[in-house]
Amino acid sequence: MSESETNPRESDGATVDSDVGDREPMLLRLRGVSKNFGAVQALRHVDLDVPAGKVTALIGDNGAGKSTLIKAIAGIWELSSGEKWWLGNKMVSHTPKEASDLGIATVYQDLALCDNLDIVSNMYLGFEKTKSGVLDEVSMEVRTKETLRDLSVSTVQSVRQLVGSLSGGQRQAIAVARAVMRDAKLVIMDEPTAALGVTQTAQVLDLIRTLASKGIAVLVISHNLNDVFAVADRIAVMYLGTLVSSGPIESYDMSSAVDLITTGTSTRAA
Amino acid sequence: MSTLPEPSVSSNPATGSPSLMARLGGLIGPDLGIVPVLIALVALVIYFEVRSSVFLSADNVTNLFIQAVIYIFLGMAEVWLLLLGEIDLSLGWVAGMSGSIAAIYTNVQYAWPWWAAFLAALAVCTAIGGLWGVIVVRLKLPSFIVTLAGSFIVEGILLYILDKVFEGGGAPVQEKVLSNLTQGNLTPTFTWIFVAAVVAAATGVTLARERARRRADLARTPTYRIVAKLTALTAFGVILAIVFNTNRGTFIPIEGMPFAVPLVVGVLVIYSFVLSRTKFGRYMYAIGGNAEAARRAGVPVNRYRIYAFMLGGFTAGIGGLFYVSRLGGYSSSSTDSTVVLYAVAAAVIGGTSLYGGRGKMTYPVVGGIILAVIINGLVLIQVSATMEFVVTGVVLLGAVTVDSLARRSQNLLK
Repeated sequence: MSESETNPRESDGATVDSDVGDREPMLLRLRGVSKNFGAVQALRHVDLDVPAGKVTALIGDNGAGKSTLIKAIAGIWELSSGEKWWLGNKMVSHTPKEASDLGIATVYQDLALCDNLDIVSNMYLGFEKTKSGVLDEVSMEVRTKETLRDLSVSTVQSVRQLVGSLSGGQRQAIAVARAVMRDAKLVIMDEPTAALGVTQTAQVLDLIRTLASKGIAVLVISHNLNDVFAVADRIAVMYLGTLVSSGPIESYDMSSAVDLITTGTSTRAA
Repeated sequence: MSTLPEPSVSSNPATGSPSLMARLGGLIGPDLGIVPVLIALVALVIYFEVRSSVFLSADNVTNLFIQAVIYIFLGMAEVWLLLLGEIDLSLGWVAGMSGSIAAIYTNVQYAWPWWAAFLAALAVCTAIGGLWGVIVVRLKLPSFIVTLAGSFIVEGILLYILDKVFEGGGAPVQEKVLSNLTQGNLTPTFTWIFVAAVVAAATGVTLARERARRRADLARTPTYRIVAKLTALTAFGVILAIVFNTNRGTFIPIEGMPFAVPLVVGVLVIYSFVLSRTKFGRYMYAIGGNAEAARRAGVPVNRYRIYAFMLGGFTAGIGGLFYVSRLGGYSSSSTDSTVVLYAVAAAVIGGTSLYGGRGKMTYPVVGGIILAVIINGLVLIQVSATMEFVVTGVVLLGAVTVDSLARRSQNLLK
């Protein structure tokens, strides 16, 4: 039931996918995923592959279904139909808990940080380490520093700073580090650079590349095509609830991406 | 691991060592904290001492501390709620309820043992708080209105009980332990032992914590900061002990630290520990800072809200025991509806935010002492009781303004 007229996946995208698939099963595979809200079809038969260690950019206009798709992946929405496969196994329950247990972490635009707590407390919120009932601040602080250093987050002065005093890019980094510390295998980021200036955007893009280099799959929603082309390995374009095109970044250029976003087709693609 | 520089001490590039201003800043910590409030307290004390020579007499200082104890407990009760961005306006009457229950059941008529009456009183107060909490959480009503309504309900029930139980409408304190909460004193020797024990415990805990941080190669608190804090604590303890141990009786000697002081310190230590060293406390702050973030992190937010209301009721209950002890009984004419505003005032003057997420249990201690200083001092310099309300109101207004400004400047940073 593919409604896409141009689909790079069918051409050279397929070779990349099978190339990954030969060595290990695809990290996340969506097959025929649909989601209805009453009469509204928010997602229509979406097939998407998210490989480990790659940055996949999910692009599309407002209302194209990007947010619905990531919420479906994160287990917040149950699917109306379709299947989710994780490392070759079919996912059964579709709950946020199942998703986070498997290692799917979502960093929403609001970041869900407590400004009145310091970095360590935010990193461990809900998962605090305790020693006989008392918070084990020393080991939490040590681990926080290690995680931030692993991700090359060098701009924060002290992990005992209140998160409220951090810049937008730093806050994004803390939210991501929080997911990574919890052994996330797939980090989903919703518009990570939307509210950031030039320097901070660069920092966040670096962070995304660092994640990928550690073998973590990153799925980024972004409106900024410059960022997408700067950071992504793969692109998936949504148009009116349908995944109209997906494949390696090399199959696209700025103009074909814009065509796909605005009309769902492109004569210039691949 | 040790590459991150110390947070609050910015280095002076010229000398490479922290500048004097940075050191002063380091003493205070990243936010201003309690220091401006302490400065205000000292200024008030100096003012009243200049105006009235008896203000700093041993007798009056002791009196002032007893007075402060009630505000302190009510303020601590309110901090549990303010931390979550909630408020409980019924706490004044809840305290009255606690005091009345304790007075009635230890009375000759019932003659319960003191502990049973205290437990009953505290249980009732905890339950009342819990009830408000459940209503706020389940019906999703603002706590301001729920507890305002609640305050009328508790007031009515309390007055009904007082009229029913005692024809004259009063419950006098007739029990030694209840009376001793505010009338009894430690012996001078035990006063010194207590002060020494507190200083030793504070030193021990601080050093142990520093040792653990050093072992893990984490940034250490600058030594001068530790020394300054412990020195201030020791000096304060020694001065208090000397004042309390001065004979303040006219016919028979009265000396020693009032029981109320170690009891306040005990509750303060327990509450501070819970807030800063346990998951429970961490979640309280998290909910106050960003309830949605706490919920997504798996914190049962609504259950914690109810806990906060229960702890508020419980703590106000403790305050009520001291309240009735000091008044010598509770009657339908002890209708002091301003007490609850003192509770909020003590918490907010100390620096607790009305917007949630910011506050410590030490704040209402300082705030309560400030309130007691103002009220006590104004009486001494013979300002009329009506002016007392005006001054307290102005101070509360000032504290709320500072809170709001602090919040706004924090938001501007982002």
